[in-house]
Amino acid sequence: MSDNSNTAPAGATAEQIADEIESAPRRDFLLMSTTALGVAGVGMAMWPFIHSINPAKDVLALASTDVDLSAIEVGQAVTVMWRGKPVFIRHRTEEEIAAANEVSLDELRDKQTDSERVQKPEWLVAVGVCTHLGCIPSGQKLGDKKGDFGGWFCPCHGSHYDSSGRVRKGPAPFNLAIPEYTFTDETSIVIG
Amino acid sequence: MKRMQTNNRLLMWIDERLPIFSYSDENLVSYPTPKNLNYWWNYGSIAGIVLVIMIVTGIFLAMNYQPHTDVAFQSVERIVRDVNYGWLLRNLHMNGASMFFIVVYIHMFRGLYFGSYKAPRELLWMIGVTIYVVMMATAFMGYVLPWGQMSFWGATVITNLFSALPVIGEYIVVWIWGGFSVDAPTINRFFVWHYLLPAVILGLVVVHMWALHIHKSNNPLGIEIKSPADMMPFHPFYTIKDLFGLGIFFMFFSFFVFFAPDFLGHPDNYIPANPMVTPPHIVPEWYFLPFYAILRAIPDKLGGVLAMAAGILVLYVLPWLDTSKVRSATYRPIYKQLFWIFVANALFLGWLGQKPAEGAYLIMGRLSTAYYFLFFLVLPLVGRFEKPKQLPVSIFEEVAKKCRTKED
Repeated sequence: MSDNSNTAPAGATAEQIADEIESAPRRDFLLMSTTALGVAGVGMAMWPFIHSINPAKDVLALASTDVDLSAIEVGQAVTVMWRGKPVFIRHRTEEEIAAANEVSLDELRDKQTDSERVQKPEWLVAVGVCTHLGCIPSGQKLGDKKGDFGGWFCPCHGSHYDSSGRVRKGPAPFNLAIPEYTFTDETSIVIG
Repeated sequence: MKRMQTNNRLLMWIDERLPIFSYSDENLVSYPTPKNLNYWWNYGSIAGIVLVIMIVTGIFLAMNYQPHTDVAFQSVERIVRDVNYGWLLRNLHMNGASMFFIVVYIHMFRGLYFGSYKAPRELLWMIGVTIYVVMMATAFMGYVLPWGQMSFWGATVITNLFSALPVIGEYIVVWIWGGFSVDAPTINRFFVWHYLLPAVILGLVVVHMWALHIHKSNNPLGIEIKSPADMMPFHPFYTIKDLFGLGIFFMFFSFFVFFAPDFLGHPDNYIPANPMVTPPHIVPEWYFLPFYAILRAIPDKLGGVLAMAAGILVLYVLPWLDTSKVRSATYRPIYKQLFWIFVANALFLGWLGQKPAEGAYLIMGRLSTAYYFLFFLVLPLVGRFEKPKQLPVSIFEEVAKKCRTKED
């Protein structure tokens, strides 16, 4: 196209041809600036569309969960929903805490000490989603399979988690995630 | 098709197997276009852009909309209040519908004035009328989705038009509703149709363009393209002219989107649908008002519905009603006057459509409806008795007359 735009029509006078040659760079500048402005405009217009499918304000407003821990006895576990996902809360026994602390870091795939994963040793709060491909591991209820390390066992692809929610065996690459949470008093937390 | 010339071997390789580059060049770049197209020829491309805007905003709105009677209204309010830029998407879509009709009406009047429906462009025109009909169905069903009072009662009134049909009418209406009133099944299927029909429109637009590119654009003189000197390549001449017009159009569109988003709507549609209470004053969206006025002008249920349908369908036979061989109204002294009265009359019908159907409004509505049909019915006679003005010899000569030479 650009080669054509520089050629004058057949039978043009010398003056017309000179005129064509002179105006060619001006035309190229107009074409390029129009294109640049158009591309920038379309690019900017895309943002509202892309952003519209991000979490909306009402979704963000529901992004934290309050939990009352006072009814959970030692050895019991509850599952609460936070941002549409299960969060495991386990009131750990002395043995479980001790077992979690005894493990040497060398044995771990995702190296974390137990104290890095809890705010108070008796309460483990972890997102109950297997870090392999997103299934929910079993081990919350009495009689559930808890895996070889007394924590959780993911039925989908066989990952084993210990009583600190750390992966010990199986394909999962990381420990169960620890959500942001704070103790609002001795027996209540707010997650998120 | 002329082969694209390039030194890029990859492009050549692709073009030989799938000639997309040669095809685009033939239809968008070197595409021969009459030299004398004026700004009335901008509206086709603007309509195409508006269709794209409607489809894209519609897809993203649908990601947050819920077609159920219990939540439809709230889901639209949630889009406006909570979804990021949801207000923008909704205002673009809602006002885009009105813009689409404004642009398409101008496009149609353009065709009517310059005789673009005449041989050999009859099918091009008829495909266009079909696009318009599908657009009306799509717009109507879209208006039902927010599930406000106007949505609900508009849906009730329009679907009840079919009950005017003898014998089968009642069954048809129940079939359309999927129940015994406009209810959950209705909104669900209307949402499906509203999402599907734009794809149909897009397909029809492709066929419309196909037919257009066979005989090329008509032009303000309405005379045939006779030599290459009558034409110039589409790019850059008409790409830039279309872009300029598009810019002006976007300013107009943006005014409504950002400063008066509800100006073209009706406040009652912000009251959730209530099947127990009809609002005191039911009015369709502005773009249906002329036909609504025709409906109300006829004091008979079936008659009114048929007149309204005829008002739209008569456009299909227009190419055969108009017997004049001269296309452009510029050279048709009588038709030109009838045309401008027709435009004024159509606007007047629209104004009447939103007035109560009583007293003087009713009488004016009947006179106005009469002219609407009379315009089409006298066309065969006008074509026979009108004496057209002398047509110019060629597009090139007319354009050359208006061109300044360097000495000016």
